[in-house]
Amino acid sequence: MKIIVAGDGKVGQTLIRELSDEKYDLILIDTNPDVLASMVEKYDVLAVCGNCASMDVLEKAGVDSADLLIAVTSADEINMLCCMTAHGMNPDLHTIARIRNPEYLEQVYAMSDQFGLSMVFNPEKQAAVEIDRLIKFPGFLQRDTFAKGRVEIVEFRIGRDSKLCDIALNDMYAIIKCKVLVCAVVREGKALAPDGNFVLHEGDKIYVTASTDTLAALLKNLDIITHKARRVIICGGGKISYYLAEELVNSGVEVQIIEKDLEKCKRLAEQLPKACIVNGDASDQSLLESEGLAGCDALVTLTGMDELNMVISLYGNSQKIPQIITKIDRVGNSQILHDLPIGSTICPKELCSGNIVRYVRAIQNQKGAASTIHSIAGGQAEALEFIVDENTLHCNEPLKNLKIKKGVLIACINHGSRIEIPGGDSKFRVGDNLIVVTANGKVLYSINEIFE
Amino acid sequence: MNLKKIGRFIGQILLVEVIFMVPALIISCALKETNAMNAFVATIICTLSAAIALLAWAKDGKGGFYAKEGLVSVGLCWIVMSIFGCLPFYLSREIPRYIDAYFEIVSGFTTTGASILPEVESLSKGILYWRSFSHWLGGMGVLVFLLAMPSSDKAGEGYTMHILRAESPGPDVGKLVPRMKTTARILYGIYVAITVLNILFLLIGRIPLFDAVCTAMGTAGTGGFGIKNDSIAGYSPYVQNVCTVFMLLFGVNFACYYMLLLKNIKDVIWDEELRFYLGLVFASIVLIAWNIRGYYDTLEEVIRHSAFQVATIITTTGFATTDFDKWPSFSKAILLCLMLIGACAGSTGGGFKCGRALLHIKNMLRNIRAMIHPNKISAVRINNVPVGEKPLNNINTFMASYVGIVIISFLIISLDGFSTTTNLSAVIACFNNIGPGFDAVGPTCNYSAYGILSKLVLIIDMLAGRLEIFPILVLFSRSTWKHR
Repeated sequence: MKIIVAGDGKVGQTLIRELSDEKYDLILIDTNPDVLASMVEKYDVLAVCGNCASMDVLEKAGVDSADLLIAVTSADEINMLCCMTAHGMNPDLHTIARIRNPEYLEQVYAMSDQFGLSMVFNPEKQAAVEIDRLIKFPGFLQRDTFAKGRVEIVEFRIGRDSKLCDIALNDMYAIIKCKVLVCAVVREGKALAPDGNFVLHEGDKIYVTASTDTLAALLKNLDIITHKARRVIICGGGKISYYLAEELVNSGVEVQIIEKDLEKCKRLAEQLPKACIVNGDASDQSLLESEGLAGCDALVTLTGMDELNMVISLYGNSQKIPQIITKIDRVGNSQILHDLPIGSTICPKELCSGNIVRYVRAIQNQKGAASTIHSIAGGQAEALEFIVDENTLHCNEPLKNLKIKKGVLIACINHGSRIEIPGGDSKFRVGDNLIVVTANGKVLYSINEIFE
Repeated sequence: MNLKKIGRFIGQILLVEVIFMVPALIISCALKETNAMNAFVATIICTLSAAIALLAWAKDGKGGFYAKEGLVSVGLCWIVMSIFGCLPFYLSREIPRYIDAYFEIVSGFTTTGASILPEVESLSKGILYWRSFSHWLGGMGVLVFLLAMPSSDKAGEGYTMHILRAESPGPDVGKLVPRMKTTARILYGIYVAITVLNILFLLIGRIPLFDAVCTAMGTAGTGGFGIKNDSIAGYSPYVQNVCTVFMLLFGVNFACYYMLLLKNIKDVIWDEELRFYLGLVFASIVLIAWNIRGYYDTLEEVIRHSAFQVATIITTTGFATTDFDKWPSFSKAILLCLMLIGACAGSTGGGFKCGRALLHIKNMLRNIRAMIHPNKISAVRINNVPVGEKPLNNINTFMASYVGIVIISFLIISLDGFSTTTNLSAVIACFNNIGPGFDAVGPTCNYSAYGILSKLVLIIDMLAGRLEIFPILVLFSRSTWKHR
């Protein structure tokens, strides 16, 4: 499959990195020859230098034989024009554009045929939704939903005083009293596939598959605080902050935004009448204290600088804030982050490139492709959702009789609306949803690839 | 320096070499050449065990593969490949001294065609075949071949670009299609297709199949090892003309053939490098024909010899139909200039490359104009596309290293006491992967008289010339081997 990526910025580079692992023909368009040269050195891509919205450049990139165009330049207008032009040149082309300006969103959806857009995405909005979900369920570092929101894989850290510390997985169910499955454990930076005799230690991060209904019970039985966040402090007043604050305010949470730039503050104050906008430097500890950091339920650091976000989050951790969420733009899934007590990390570019990769796999393999893909355990494992169809092997056979590849785990079977955490006697039937966790680094294109 | 990854790479290359040695072994077996057969069997066992040992050692290799590793792998690969590749010559005692055997195989792999053998007809067929085949393999590059192979390596690793760039001749190497593997396959596909075409045309000229295959492989790699003592001179004029045409074809950038396949004829016709190359060929043929008109009986002969010699020199092949050392000085001077320029970038030929020469000339003209209009800003253009300052800068670096290596090599081999013409032309002929030079290394002579030191220098020159200098130069740089 031939994919053109227009724009070699943060998202463009993440996309190229993810897609080049999956054997697509990649063509990269950008106006800066130096950036292109360094990408060609790093990845197996063809580079075309020029303005991606011009017909000439698109022709040079071979748009007539391409299957997908992803426009991720920094300008919404160029992305739209690029998709329009390319779609005009090749009507069979799928196009994806990044549109960040909320003012355009409405017309993009209403006129997506005229623009020739198959999909639009907004990294800031996605990040805000993700953060909102974390705040609504404190105690988890990461939540990934499957099966239309009925099943989740949640991540949490085993603390020293946790009930699960030094407990073998077989004995875990007696404590948590609900049906869940531990599908991966990250210990000292390495993802492990645990079995029943695996003993959890302090500092492990565990990934648990559970139906959404049991999450509350899980938290309660583990004595993790579950009271709803009432007051949230957001550092930085960018686009994500706006989307997040809007969401939180609508659900009745008290929001304080600290932003250095007076102009941005004024605009936010106009847009978000219910939020408290503070003009000041978020790295100033006395300001944070005077804004009541000590008593807040969650701290979200969303300034434009990764370092600043980390420092503020570290300070928040020292003040025993129950929930901390840190935005990291540059290093994404870096090992250093996992060892720092900065709470959950959110990387907008990886969130949206994950969405696009999922879309790409879906058109690559119309039948049998994963319908949901989430990267978990710091990028060392992937959780995928497949739909069982007529072509799937081993339907109606007990799982204990199947030979499944090493490092692959069936984490959940959904029979319609009934959710089953599988055991050895579980079976799957046509029409079921399967959630599969794979930790061996291989890409799964279809469900049948999990069998030996 | 990621030695294990490099080791793995070299191990894989040795495996490929073993596979390619099998046809030569079969030929030896079929013709019952016991000596050669034993030599091939022994070599295959040696190489295979070395490859397996390397792969076993490098099995758990982790970590990055960057520009430095790419350059070093390419340089080392060619040296190691030659160490094993020359064993059949040495073990069969057909070339009694190891350094001579090494010289011969390096000359083969680098498609130079410089030989230390006074006569070749007494060699066994299996050895002759391996000698010619080394040209074919070296022409497109054995690493590029490895890239074309399906392998379990994770796709998308950028290091493949470092390898293509280091092994393919030319100033600005790019991919034809997004995927490196596909690019390598297209290149080899075109290469095989033209080689087969060449063999067919030679067979029409009623020469034995073995001769046709060996000659075609020598032509395809623009190498120049003949299987007759008088190279191509003994064959019919038809065969000589076929060789002329195919040598010129293999000197063209392979990207042009790909564009022809895509029916993009306009771009090929207007390709500036191609025009420069063909113009140079045509002008040289006319000038030499005029200059040597009294030396041959008929006009046909004059043009045939002139065209053949121009083709063989500019594409850096090194076949011969006549002793051009006996030609007048003007013709020899033209040939010397052609030796320096060489074929097109992205072809199998060696030398400085037409594309580089063209850029250099354009850059020079621009800089001269800039002296008159000091504030003028202008870009150098090739095929109407502006060339950045970085490639121009690279070409200057290349030019300086090129001249530097020629001078140093010339000084060292002059210790052996041959004439200045001999020494200078020997260095140029080896460095540009041509083969025959003038005087004592002319088309009817060979390199066997040089001492061991000179042979080593010439071996390094051949490798440096084939690999565009830098992969070999970095091997001699102290910072390459320092731990980071």
